[in-house]
Amino acid sequence: MKRSIMTMALVCTGFAVSAAEVAPSDVKFEDGSVAQSLSGTSGDAANGRQVVGNKSLGNCVACHQVSDLADVPFQGEIGPPLDGAGERWSEEELRGIVANAKMMFPESMMPSFYKTEGFYRPGNAYTGEAPDDTFGPLLSAQQIEDVVAYLVTLKE
Amino acid sequence: MKRTTVWTALMSAGVMAAGSAFAGPVDDTLIVNEEIEMVTHTDAPAHLSDALDEIYSGWHFRGTETRAMQADDFDNPGMIFVEQAQDAWDTAEGSEGKSCASCHGAADESMKGVRAVYPKWNEAAGEVRTLEMQINDCRENQMGAEKWKYTGGDMVNMTALLASVSRGMPVNVAIDGPVQSTWEQGKELYYTRTGQLELSCANCHEDSYGKMIRADHLSQGQINGFPTYRLKNTKLNAVHARFKGCVRDTRAETFKPGSPEFIALELYVASRGNGLSVEGPSIRN
Ligand code: HEC
Ligand code: HEC
Repeated sequence: MKRSIMTMALVCTGFAVSAAEVAPSDVKFEDGSVAQSLSGTSGDAANGRQVVGNKSLGNCVACHQVSDLADVPFQGEIGPPLDGAGERWSEEELRGIVANAKMMFPESMMPSFYKTEGFYRPGNAYTGEAPDDTFGPLLSAQQIEDVVAYLVTLKE
Repeated sequence: MKRTTVWTALMSAGVMAAGSAFAGPVDDTLIVNEEIEMVTHTDAPAHLSDALDEIYSGWHFRGTETRAMQADDFDNPGMIFVEQAQDAWDTAEGSEGKSCASCHGAADESMKGVRAVYPKWNEAAGEVRTLEMQINDCRENQMGAEKWKYTGGDMVNMTALLASVSRGMPVNVAIDGPVQSTWEQGKELYYTRTGQLELSCANCHEDSYGKMIRADHLSQGQINGFPTYRLKNTKLNAVHARFKGCVRDTRAETFKPGSPEFIALELYVASRGNGLSVEGPSIRN
C-alpha cells in the first residue's frame, strides 16, 4: 500500500522538473566536464544501454561502434568506437560529452543531447516542420545519467 | 595534459578501427549502354580546392548491383519515366495549343547540354533559374499551360528526359558574374549547421564521405546524377526533395522545394560537381 502511493507520487512528478534536476540551460561545464548528476539521482546502466543502441532514443550507434551492442546492426563509423570509453574518461567527463560534446571537442560533429537553445532552424523531431511546445532536449536528464552509467561500464 | 594524451591514443585507435570497416568510394568505371563513358571521379574544381582534392559521383558509394543497373538503360527503371516524359514533350497543352516539341523540336538534339549548365542566370528575368523554373516558365508563358508542382511526377520526369540527353557531358555551372551572390548564399547554407542535431551538409558529405552513418554509406552528396531513381521509394527523386530529406534528418525545419534557399543551394552543390558527367536518371538506394 505504502509502495503504491510512492509510485503514484513518482509518476505524477515524472514529467515536472524535480528540485534536484538541472535544466539544460543551467548545466555548468568545467573543461568540458559536468560534475553533478543532471537528474539528481544515479543512472541505470541497463537502461543506458538501451538508449545508446535505440534508433529513436540516443541512436549513438549511428556514429559509434560498440562491441557490447553486437546485437544492434549497422553501427556507424563517424566517431571513435566507444569500447573502453569508461577507461579513457571519468564519469564527469562522460557526462559533459553526452550533454554537450562541443564543450569537450570544439566544433564536434556530435550532437548536443542536453541542450534546448542556440539552434539554427530547429524542427519538430524528424517531421521537417517548425518546433511546437513539446520541444525539449534530445535526451532527458535521467536518460543522460543512464547513458553515462552505461559508458562507465565500457572497459576494454 | 591527461586529456591530450588520451585523445592522441584514441585518435590512432580510431583510425585503426575505422581502417578495418572503412569503405571509401568503390574503384569502378561506368559506361552506359557500352557507349556513354561517364566521368564519375575527377579532380575537384578550383573553387573547391581548399576543401577537397577529388570529387566522386554518388554512384561510387552504391552496391555492385545498384551500380550495374545504371550501366544499361534496359535495367534502369528511371528510363521508363524518361519515356513518359518523351510523350509529354510531344503533347500539346494549354491555351496556345503547343507542345515542347512545337518550339524545341527533338529533345535529344535541342536539349543536349542544357542540364549540364543549370541552374543558370536568366538575363531577361534577372534571376537564377533552375531547370524546373525554366520548364514552368515555358509552360506558363509559351504554352499557356498550368505550372507543374516543383517536385511532382510530371516535373521530375521531364527533368529526367532533359538529363538523359546530356548524359556523359561534364557539369559546368557558372559561379561568377550575376550568379555569384546566389552562389555565395548557397555556400553559406552548405556549411551552416542546421536543426537540433546541428549538422551541415559539409559535416556529412565533405568531412565524412566514405564512412557509414548507421546503415548508410555517405557519398559526397553530388547532384550530377539527378533525378535519381531510388530503390527505396521506387520513383524518381528531385534534387530539392533530396535536400529537404537531408535537412529534415538534422531535426530541422526544412526549406521548401523551389525556395530561394534551395535554389541557391542547388547552384552551389551543382558547382561542387563541375567536371563530373551528367548521369541522370541515376540509380541509388
Ligand atoms: C552524428 C555523430 C555522433 C552521434 C550521433 C554521437 N556521437 Fe559521440 N562522438 C562523435 C564524434 C565525431 C566524436 C569524436 C570527438 C570529436 O568530435 O572530435 C565523438 C566522441 C564521443 C565520445 C568520446 C570518445 C571516446 O569514446 O573515448 C563519447 C564517450 C561519445 N562520443 C559518446 C556518445 C554517445 C553516448 C552518444 C549518444 C547519446 C553519441 N556519442 C552520439 C559523433 C557522434
Ligand atoms: C546527417 C547526415 C547528412 C546531412 C547533414 C546531409 N546529408 Fe545528404 N545524405 C545523407 C545520406 C545518409 C545520404 C544517402 C547516401 C548518400 O548518397 O550519401 C545522403 C544523400 C544525399 C544526396 C544524394 C546523392 C546521390 O548521389 O544520390 C544529396 C544530393 C545530398 N545528400 C545533399 C545534401 C545536402 C545539400 C545537404 C545539406 C543541406 C545534406 N545532404 C545534408 C546524409 C546527410
